[in-house]
Amino acid sequence: MKTLLIAESRQGKLLPGSYEPLDFANKIGAEAAMFLVGSESDLPHFDGSLYFAEESEVGEYNPEEHLRLILEVVDKEKPQLIVLSHSSYGWDLAPRIALALQVGQISEVVGYQDGAMVVPACNSKLQRVVQAQGEVTVVTLQSGAFGLDDEPAGTPTVEKLSVQADSKFEFHGYEEAEEGGVDLTKAEIIVSAGRGIGKPENLAIVEALAKVLGGEYGASRPVVDSDWAEHSRQVGSTGQTVAPKLYIACGISGAIQHLAGMKKSEFIVAINTDRDAPIGEVADVLVVADLKQFLPALTARLEG
Amino acid sequence: MKILICIKQVPDMESRFKLNDAGTWYSDQDLAWRMNEYDEFAVEQAIQLREQLGEAEVVVLSVGSDRVKETMKKALAMGADRGVHIQDDTSYEKDPFQIASVIAAYAGDQNFDVIFTGMQSQDRGSAQVGVLLAGLLGMPAVTTIVGFEYDDGKATVRRELEGGLKAVVKLASPALFTCQLGLNTPRYPTLPNIMKAKRKELVSLPMADLLKVEALTTTAATQFPEKKGGGMILEGDVGELTEQLVAILKDKTTVLK
Ligand SMILES: Cc1cc2nc3c(=O)[nH]c(=O)nc-3n(C[C@H](O)[C@H](O)[C@H](O)COP(=O)(O)OP(=O)(O)OC[C@H]3O[C@@H](n4cnc5c(N)ncnc54)[C@H](O)[C@@H]3O)c2cc1C
Ligand SMILES: Cc1cc2nc3c(=O)[nH]c(=O)nc-3n(C[C@H](O)[C@H](O)[C@H](O)COP(=O)(O)OP(=O)(O)OC[C@H]3O[C@@H](n4cnc5c(N)ncnc54)[C@H](O)[C@@H]3O)c2cc1C
Repeated sequence: MKTLLIAESRQGKLLPGSYEPLDFANKIGAEAAMFLVGSESDLPHFDGSLYFAEESEVGEYNPEEHLRLILEVVDKEKPQLIVLSHSSYGWDLAPRIALALQVGQISEVVGYQDGAMVVPACNSKLQRVVQAQGEVTVVTLQSGAFGLDDEPAGTPTVEKLSVQADSKFEFHGYEEAEEGGVDLTKAEIIVSAGRGIGKPENLAIVEALAKVLGGEYGASRPVVDSDWAEHSRQVGSTGQTVAPKLYIACGISGAIQHLAGMKKSEFIVAINTDRDAPIGEVADVLVVADLKQFLPALTARLEG
Repeated sequence: MKILICIKQVPDMESRFKLNDAGTWYSDQDLAWRMNEYDEFAVEQAIQLREQLGEAEVVVLSVGSDRVKETMKKALAMGADRGVHIQDDTSYEKDPFQIASVIAAYAGDQNFDVIFTGMQSQDRGSAQVGVLLAGLLGMPAVTTIVGFEYDDGKATVRRELEGGLKAVVKLASPALFTCQLGLNTPRYPTLPNIMKAKRKELVSLPMADLLKVEALTTTAATQFPEKKGGGMILEGDVGELTEQLVAILKDKTTVLK
C-alpha cells in the first residue's frame, strides 16, 4: 500500500502533528511519501520523498492552490491513501481532494479494524466502522490518536513544486488570541465549568470551590463563547493546554477538543448528571450528581 | 440576494444511545431531537445578513425524514423565510457525498449568493458536506468561520486555526461558509415568531428526484467504544458523595491536606 501524507506548517514552522500521519502509515505497514507547503528551514525528518512548496509563495489561506499541488503529486505517486490531520488545515482540504478525485473521505479516524477505519460518533459515545468503496481514499486522523513517541530521524529527498500565484481568497493577516488574563498553565488545581452549569450565575459555585481549594477556575468553550468567562480560561484545543495536579470538570461532557487540553492532568474528577458522559473515559472519578447540589456541598465540607 | 442555510437534525448528545437492529447506526427510538448546534450559528448569520441588507431571501434546507421538519420550523421561527425539505425515510445511510450531491441538485439552478452550513454535525461529524457542496456548485468555500462581515459583494471572515489563532480572509460572493461555534449568539425564537413560522412555506421534495450518485463510503457497523478509562463511578446521596470524594482526594492526590 502506498500513502501520501500531508504535513502542515504555519508561519514558517512545521506543526508537530505532521508526524501523526507518519505513525499511522507505519502502523498499517504502508509506504509513504510526504507533501508539505512550508518553509525550507523547517522540513520534516523522514527518509523518503518530500514534495515541497514554499509557504511564502502559496500564502496562508489558498486551499485551491494547495489542492492543485496535491493533485499533481497524486498523479505522480498514485497513492491508495491520502492522509491528513483532522485539523483546521486538514478538514478544510480533505473534502476538496476527495471531490476532485471523486473518491470517498473518512473523517477523524481513531483506529482501524479489519481493513476498515474506526471513527467516533455522537461525541465519542459511539464508533462507526467505515469502509471506503474505491481504489483511493482520503482520511483525516483525530488529533492525538496517532503519533510517534520520539521525533523521527532522517532526511527527505526534496522535490520542489512550482506555485501558481493567483487566488480567489485574499489573506489579510492573522489575529492572535487576546493577551492577558489568567495563566491557567501555572495552576496546580483547576475547577472548570461547562455548559452543564446552565446559567452564568452558577459560575459562582464553581469559583467558590476553586477558591477553597486554592486553585483557579477554568471553562469549556460554550461557557467562553457565551461570554460567561474570558478566553484565557478556556481549556482545550482552541484554548489552553493544562496538566494540573487536580482537574475537576463540572458539567463538561468531555468532547475530544476539551480533552485535548486537560487529559494529561495528574488526577481528574468529573461531576456530571450523565453516567455515560465521555469525560468518564479520562476521569479517575466520575461523580454522578447535579453540580448545583454537589458543588456547594463539597465546598462547605472543605471549608468546615 | 439569496441565502441558503443547510441544517441537520441530530439527537441530543446527552441521550443514552442504543444501536438499531442492523447494528449500523443508533436506534432512532426514544431520542429527543434538536438542530445541530453548529447549524444554529449558520441560521443566525443568515438572518443577520438579511437584516443588514434589508432585502434578501433566506431559504433553509434539510435532508431527512418527516421528523426533520420540526427542526426546520425552529429555523423558520428564528427568521428564515421558507423551507425546502428533501424527504426520504427509507435510509439514513447516505454518505456526505450523497447528501452534498442532493443539495447541489436542488441548489444548482437557484443562484444562491451566500450559503451557510455548520462546520460539522454533532452525530457523525464528517465536516464534509459544506465543502463538497461548494465544490459541486463551483463556488469557493471557507471553513470554520468565527467572524463574518459583508460589504459590497465581498465577505470578510475570520477563520479559526488552532490555539486561538485566526486568519482573516476576504472573498467575493457567491461563496459558501461553514460555521464554527461562537460565530454569533443564536437568537431564541419568540412566541409570535413561532406562530408566524407556522404559516411560512415548507415544501417537501422527494429524494429520488435528486439523488443521482452512489455512496463513496459505507458504514459497516456502529459499536460502543471499548471502555479504557476504568475510572471509579460514584453515585448516591450528595452528603455521602462528598465524604467519599474527599477521602479519595486525600488518599490519591497531594493537594488536600
Ligand atoms: C475545532 C473545534 C475546536 C474546539 N475547541 C474547544 C476547546 O478548546 N475547548 C472546549 O471546551 N471545547 C472546544 N470545542 C467544542 C467541543 O466540541 C464541545 O462542543 C464542548 O467542549 C462542549 O462543552 P461542554 O462539555 O461544556 O458542553 P456539553 O457538551 O453541552 O456538555 C454539558 C454536560 O453537562 C452535563 N450536565 C448538564 N446539567 C448538569 C448538572 N446540573 N449537573 C452536572 N452535569 C450536568 C451534561 O450531562 C453534559 O455532559 C471545539 C470544537 C471544535 C469543532
Ligand atoms: C434519506 C436520508 C435520511 C437520513 N436520516 C438520518 C437520520 O435519521 N439520522 C442521521 O443522523 N442522519 C440522517 N441522514 C443524514 C446523513 O446520514 C448525514 O447527514 C450525512 O451522511 C452527512 O454526514 P455528516 O452528518 O457527517 O455531515 P457533516 O459533513 O459533518 O455536516 C456538515 C454540515 O453539512 C450540513 N448537513 C449535513 N447533513 C445534512 C442534512 N441531512 N441536511 C441538510 N444539511 C446537512 C449541515 O449544515 C452540517 O452542519 C439522512 C440522510 C438521508 C439522505
